[in-house]
Amino acid sequence: MIEEKDAHKITDTILKRCQGNPAEINVMTNDSALTRFANNIIHQNVAERDTEVTLRFFIGKQIGTASTNRLDEAGLEELVEHARANAKASPPDPNYPGLPAPQTYNRVASWDDATASYSPEKRARAVEIVCKLAAEKGLNASGAITTGSGELVVANSQGVFTYHTQTNADFQTVVMSNDSSGRAQESAWKVADLDAESLGKQAIDAAMRGHNPVKIDPGEYTVVLEHYVTEDLLGSLNFSGMSAQAVNEGRSWMNDRIGQQLMSPQVSIWDDGLDTSGSPLPFDFEGVPKQRVDIVRQGVVMGPVYDRYTGAKMGKPSTGHAPPINFRGFGPLALNLFMAPGDKSVQDMIASTEKGLYINRFWYTRIVHPRECVMTGMTRDGVFMIENGELTFPVKNLRFTMSYVKALDNVEAVGKEAHLIVGEFGGISSHIPALKVNGFMFTGSTV
Amino acid sequence: MRALDLAERRGAQYADVRMVEHRTEGISVKDGVVEGLSSSETQGMGVRVLLDGAWGFASSRDLTNAEVDQITEHAVEIARASQLVSGEKVDLGPAVTSQGTYQTPYEIDPFSVALEDKLTLLMNADAEMGKVQGVRTHRAHVTAQKEHKLFANSEGAYTEQTLLETGGGIQATAVGGTEIQVRSYPNAFARQQVTGGWEELLGWDLPGNAQRVASEAVALLTADPCPSNITTTLILGGSQLALQVHESCGHPTELDRVFGSEAAYAGTSFLTTEKLGNFRYGSAVVNLTADSVRPLGLGTFGWDDEGVPAQSTPLVKDGLFVGYLMSRETAAKLGRTSNACMRASGWNRIPIIRMVNVSLEPGTWNFDNLVADTEDGIYMESNRSWSIDDRRYNFQFGTEIGYEIKHGKMGRLLRNCTYTGITPEFWNSCDAVCNADHWVMWGTPNCGKGQPAQVAHTGHGAAPARFRNVKVGVLK
Repeated sequence: MIEEKDAHKITDTILKRCQGNPAEINVMTNDSALTRFANNIIHQNVAERDTEVTLRFFIGKQIGTASTNRLDEAGLEELVEHARANAKASPPDPNYPGLPAPQTYNRVASWDDATASYSPEKRARAVEIVCKLAAEKGLNASGAITTGSGELVVANSQGVFTYHTQTNADFQTVVMSNDSSGRAQESAWKVADLDAESLGKQAIDAAMRGHNPVKIDPGEYTVVLEHYVTEDLLGSLNFSGMSAQAVNEGRSWMNDRIGQQLMSPQVSIWDDGLDTSGSPLPFDFEGVPKQRVDIVRQGVVMGPVYDRYTGAKMGKPSTGHAPPINFRGFGPLALNLFMAPGDKSVQDMIASTEKGLYINRFWYTRIVHPRECVMTGMTRDGVFMIENGELTFPVKNLRFTMSYVKALDNVEAVGKEAHLIVGEFGGISSHIPALKVNGFMFTGSTV
Repeated sequence: MRALDLAERRGAQYADVRMVEHRTEGISVKDGVVEGLSSSETQGMGVRVLLDGAWGFASSRDLTNAEVDQITEHAVEIARASQLVSGEKVDLGPAVTSQGTYQTPYEIDPFSVALEDKLTLLMNADAEMGKVQGVRTHRAHVTAQKEHKLFANSEGAYTEQTLLETGGGIQATAVGGTEIQVRSYPNAFARQQVTGGWEELLGWDLPGNAQRVASEAVALLTADPCPSNITTTLILGGSQLALQVHESCGHPTELDRVFGSEAAYAGTSFLTTEKLGNFRYGSAVVNLTADSVRPLGLGTFGWDDEGVPAQSTPLVKDGLFVGYLMSRETAAKLGRTSNACMRASGWNRIPIIRMVNVSLEPGTWNFDNLVADTEDGIYMESNRSWSIDDRRYNFQFGTEIGYEIKHGKMGRLLRNCTYTGITPEFWNSCDAVCNADHWVMWGTPNCGKGQPAQVAHTGHGAAPARFRNVKVGVLK
């Protein structure tokens, strides 16, 4: 951690060296640790401390970027010189809208001392609980517990300086037998909100019930999807079309559909950086306050998220969704996704299904066709046949090829409990319920 | 050496330390505008200790003596915590005492090329794509990376390496109605990358291929769709085959996956140890090799991140599964020695088993003769989508472009091509591999594995090859 005062010193030093040229700075610190286990033992156990400073330097509308993790005078001087040289070489960007002026920011609670100082021994003790429970059942537990803290500073030559601190924790485990597996995961910004024992028991239960899986024919099935699957649905829809840049380039599932009923009326999706039940962040990486953005409201497509660059191109204000400087080319990004919970428990959804599949998780999902967000992937860590309202037998993993847009149009029921999952890449958080979906297409199965 | 001494004083049986400086430059041009021109530098060190059979690792960007001491003490503290849930004693096999220096061979250092020259090349390539009517967006980019790495261990190894990578490519996207079609060059996602200098990128002639790439993207909008749910003969182009090798041979031969170390994340492998030496992975024309010595490969270096010297080992010989990608610890469990596959993505990550250059060895066929020898089938090239199950059996790939093959000739253009299969069935259906004239070292600079996430750069040499009885066209 560098603390707010030292962060100010760093940004002031850089701005001074920019000698009056417009400049934008991101400072991100990361102090995190991860304890990884497999075969009921800890096999990897790591920690890192880093601070990265990224600068965008402007000469009129010429833009150059540089980043470093050397925070001494020489390191910061080189940073400015590299960014200046890059700007000098770069032709002007006629679309550049300028830097934002100072704004008023909401403060959100997202720091927990106990999480920031969580010790290697405490992480090991959490792992020990799950490994012991698995070993008692003759099963193999693997997984990881992460605890850490970070700082984000956004500053610019217009006078913006904003500072945010955050802690994070995540526990995930896969428990396996020789022919079955189960998985559970929870994320939080307070480590005390994670219950390793409960998560371990969920995974163990699925692994115990999953013995002797049966190969079934691919085809169309009604599916009850745990919230882990919903996270994948939202994440994929996010990357293939919730950004204004995707819409502007005609490659989003939203194109020509804004204002139309595209999904089930039970589906509402939004992004909200200020909701502390997610992984809150009050401003974006340009220093624009985050707004709640309705993306789908009761099945009707409402619109994408914007940063200043794409907003200026499309005649819209930024909604506070600029990504870090080094990722600006990807366009704006929804980082704090929510899906509205419904009124059914997972058990209710199973009980109401005459024939279908219960699926714990999707894996290795990749886009096949962007317009309808057609995805392919595998089921993993728990698939069970549902017959006459009950789980009857475990099923071997299946491959699906399915439009996620259509899947959300086919939603029959939404879970009443929502859970927080923070994704591996990009730190995108999703607060999501389980779903029951009709007509889900499976196109293959595995050995 | 300060870290190694301290670790030893704290009781470590083994310790190693890596100091890394990594420099990246990236330039991209999109639709005539510079999308990004950036330079990035990161440096730091990581200390790995083995204490009473348990591992600990800590890392920091701060290279002061005080911080070196602090992260070493922290690595020891972490190792002691690991002991609370530890298993049998770790055996690293024979000591590693490598000494020396290594530098990636190159003619032109990409960092020495003027930014203006790079921008001119990209602007030209981008503008050429823009001349093609119907293209919606077009993008050209180059990247250069230089990594200076010092490695030392408590067994006496001390190596110094400077690894240089150059990469880039072009991509055109066409949009029409509900169709979105993309073409890339030289590799899928416009990301060809090699260990080497700027001369390699110049050889790809991005501007010279730009109009063809853009025209293909536009033509795909109105091309016939790939036939749906049929079984046919498939010829894969080299870059698509490189990814097929990556996913269905490279990953399942990682011995840490076989031993369950990646079970919770990347998954396990169907290539379990009892299959070693007696499992028919592919047909007799299938020969797959892991090496860290071939020119241009992104897995080419002097030593891996355990100090083991670069080398070449067979994974599949005449169709028989004969080898794994190994670390010191996993190799010792099989009574073997490491084949230099431990790689860390940076100073702040531990080394884990990663692909080096995993390549399909060339066969005997000329490409034109192979097409002429194919009565009925589909040619597919340039990856668009890839997915495979957690044991690396069931895969499904999509490609940017395809062509029907009828009576030994390339025919109509096909869009939205996909194919699917089960790994050993697929490789056993391979009946022809093209010769060395068609063999290219492809780069995959985006291989994800490990927790915390690590992105590795891997090389895959491949020439086009033919597969019989493959299910294609899963999209209706």
